[in-house]
Amino acid sequence: MTTFVDRLNSGPILLADGAMGTMLIQSGLEPGHPPESVTLSNPGALEEVARVYLDAGADVIQTNTFGASPARLSTYGLDDKTEELNEAAVSAVRSVVGNGAYVAGSCGPSGKLLQPYGDVAPEELYESFRRQTDSLIAAGVDCVFVETMIDLHEARLAVQAVKDSSSHTPVVVTMTFDPTPRGFYTIMGVDVETAAVQLAEAGADGVGSNCGNGIENMVAIARDFKAACDLPLIIQSNAGTPQTVGGDVVYGETPEFMAEKAAGLVTLGVSVIGGCCGTTPEHIAALREVVDQAA
Amino acid sequence: MDLLADLADGVINGNDQRVAEITKQMIDQGTAPKAILDDGLIAGMKVVVERFRVQDIFLPDVLLAARAMYAGTELLRPLLIKEGIPSIGKVVIGSVQGDLHDIGKNLVGIMLKGAGFDVIDLGNNVAPERMVQAAQEQGATVIGMSALLTTTMPAMRKVVEMLHQEGLDDRIKTIVGGAPVSDDFARDIGADAHGFDAASAVDRVKLLMNVS
Repeated sequence: MTTFVDRLNSGPILLADGAMGTMLIQSGLEPGHPPESVTLSNPGALEEVARVYLDAGADVIQTNTFGASPARLSTYGLDDKTEELNEAAVSAVRSVVGNGAYVAGSCGPSGKLLQPYGDVAPEELYESFRRQTDSLIAAGVDCVFVETMIDLHEARLAVQAVKDSSSHTPVVVTMTFDPTPRGFYTIMGVDVETAAVQLAEAGADGVGSNCGNGIENMVAIARDFKAACDLPLIIQSNAGTPQTVGGDVVYGETPEFMAEKAAGLVTLGVSVIGGCCGTTPEHIAALREVVDQAA
Repeated sequence: MDLLADLADGVINGNDQRVAEITKQMIDQGTAPKAILDDGLIAGMKVVVERFRVQDIFLPDVLLAARAMYAGTELLRPLLIKEGIPSIGKVVIGSVQGDLHDIGKNLVGIMLKGAGFDVIDLGNNVAPERMVQAAQEQGATVIGMSALLTTTMPAMRKVVEMLHQEGLDDRIKTIVGGAPVSDDFARDIGADAHGFDAASAVDRVKLLMNVS
């Protein structure tokens, strides 16, 4: 199997998976419990999620470790289980995909604010990321996806943690941008160009955006990234922004709509295309067709 | 030199040391605490909120401005209490049970304080009973609830129902907010208002309390 980083740089386009949380809720995750709790209580559910996305055609399957850094787990009193949670989540995916897909270790934000905006010191956050990335890499991930970042300083600390955990494990970083009258910015005021430049400097192997405000905005964000850097791009879009209809939460973008617009990502030369909140195996299957047409 | 304008600038620029200095100086000079608060600190925060609303500045600038504002309000609080000057209203806020996200809720708290409200922040993962109890004990007339997760939104309904069952809903109003919360959802659960974003939450709370 071609290494992840070769595939990232030379193609063909990698298709990543879709949403995890909603599928875990369907398999019994209770409100108020973190998705990571499923890793110990019901690892079979993780295997099932990996299987449906693999069957839908995904080349990259992410682990259920978005919140599995001790800084974030500590709010649930689970930080002493950091290693166990990361290793078990990687094993669950690997047992299903073998060498038939890349296993990406998901690493989300700490949920805390760095000084001076909040009360967390950079060293503390680095240590938290490092414990998670040490475990993910020891468990055998093919790459780490640092995801949904809004603060560039925090994102850089996560990249550094991956680099220090392993000199050869690739790391890609996605940040979440909102449209403003002056272009796309994260909640913490980071624009696309600054993100691209600084993440490249930090040593990211790929950069891009996830979550967000629907596929059409993602195409515009990808264009901005393309103009700002030469790194491989990764785009994992929400299926639109969530709307509540009669108490239910719905994401408006259908698999057909996402697939049609995702053709714009292919044209721009995006290297990894996938889904985020609200995307289903049907969305991923529809994106598979778009990616295959490009090959 | 206009110290009030300097004070407002200190808040706008997030310079907490400067704000503390000027506030002390003005207190020593005998300026009315209420004037320092309204025409200096809150005036500065109003500019920050407006710039944030039009997305000219972002969360970090607001957090630094808030920190600067608090450097002043901490010094003024004992004087305002001594003079018996009431705030324009008291609001209890919190992220609902099961929800550990608090950036949005904190932002609403900052904006409410910046508009002159007394804010009791119960933190995150707050049980419905605690919200109602705190509002009663503290004499708050509005409860503000935040949820970022669709799975925790039902806890908002519990608070609204509890107020109704205990016959408190005529004195304690509710406002809900957070990314997945909509006008429809707020209406459906019987909340009195929905804040689309932090700035509009302040406007809605003012309407609920009949203050301008």
